[in-house]
Amino acid sequence: MSKQHIRVTINGTVYEDDIEPRTLLVHWIRDGLHLTGTHIGCDTTSCGACTVIVDGKATKSCTMLAVQADGREVMTVEGLEQGGKLHPIQEGFHEMHALQCGYCTPGMMLTSIAFLGRNPHPSEQEIRVAISGNLCRCTGYVNIVKAVQYAAEKMASSEQVPVGAGQGGE
Amino acid sequence: MIPGSFDYVVAHSVPEAVALLEQHGDEAKILAGGHSLIPLLRFRFASPSVLVDINRIADLEYLREASGTLRIGALTREATLDTSPLITTRYPILRDTSIMVADPVVRNWATVGGNIAHADPANDHPATMLALDASVVATGPSGERVIPIEEFFTDSAFETTLKPNELLTEIRVPSPSERSGGAYFKLERKVGDYAIAGVAAYIALDGKGLVTYAGIGLTNVGPHPIKAHDAGNSLLGKPLDDTAIHQAADLAAAAAQPNSDDRGPAEYKRGMVRTLCVRALRKALERATGGK
Repeated sequence: MSKQHIRVTINGTVYEDDIEPRTLLVHWIRDGLHLTGTHIGCDTTSCGACTVIVDGKATKSCTMLAVQADGREVMTVEGLEQGGKLHPIQEGFHEMHALQCGYCTPGMMLTSIAFLGRNPHPSEQEIRVAISGNLCRCTGYVNIVKAVQYAAEKMASSEQVPVGAGQGGE
Repeated sequence: MIPGSFDYVVAHSVPEAVALLEQHGDEAKILAGGHSLIPLLRFRFASPSVLVDINRIADLEYLREASGTLRIGALTREATLDTSPLITTRYPILRDTSIMVADPVVRNWATVGGNIAHADPANDHPATMLALDASVVATGPSGERVIPIEEFFTDSAFETTLKPNELLTEIRVPSPSERSGGAYFKLERKVGDYAIAGVAAYIALDGKGLVTYAGIGLTNVGPHPIKAHDAGNSLLGKPLDDTAIHQAADLAAAAAQPNSDDRGPAEYKRGMVRTLCVRALRKALERATGGK
């Protein structure tokens, strides 16, 4: 089984590699590129800890092969902070105490960013549905929902274009 | 968990995908959304030697309604059904179904064709497609053939009548007549879980309010997706009143073949089929008579 060459843009940087087709995207991101902010939780496509954004879509990176990402654009949690300034969703998680252990946080934030790109003014219920594929075992979700609301307001008021806007708007 | 080794080939068109299936036969598996297949690979429940990735075949993703038929490209993502105005207004039973598939992140990649072709009795679209009397299009080396959905599934889980060199390319759903409607109800332990039980119901009425068509499909209460024929037939020619609805629900429960497992004892699941069938028929009636 031969290796295949891939070229993937992650957080604006182009990475090239020769990998086995069976390599999961999350394993390549963590072990190949050492971007360990993307977590592995359940290995059963249930928990969402490994969520990244692929071509504008929130994606469980344990359920995509790295070869499938060839030519695509990926955003991981490492891409959120820009020039020492936190992304509004990061700020929201900080301000609203939306994490305790932090394990689910990167996935929660990336799911939320892709969601806010499609729905900039969501209701609380819409937020709860949007993050229903990401499991948190600490906070009970109340403060996570507040963090997403915080980010939505901040992004709307600053008219900042969120990551994923205009993509994946199916 | 890491899958076993395989070769990976991207197909850029349907003929290319079919040619790859011809070449590799039983050794090849189609990779669509991958949200059933990749978990199987990770657990090594499946070990194909070649994956044919069809995700780049953009013209397999579409929703088109014409001449009394809705055509769903096999690669259409579940998330598309969640939000499509055409689906929400004309085919709400399909949105009932898609929003119960796994979770919203999974639905960004999971496909309608995959949900059906995987032939998992726990998947949600098979019951709905049985209720709707849909058909699927299989494309192989000698072209397309249309398979009624009931002939697509077999008596075994994870088995279809697709040939090794055929690809499921389209799902065809009859457009709603003026007084028709349907609904899908699924009971699940939590978001993302398979159904404890699920019931899809679709009905059509004549001008007097008598039932001219009734299809009832069941999720995860047997070794394969189940069409409850007796339940549907019992409604024909009758007004859809409470007596008729309860009689059909009893027949649907009788058609279920549930096993006792972590999701509950068999008799509980049978009871849930009855209850969900009542709810689905009531909602179908509401929609057939002008409600949302």
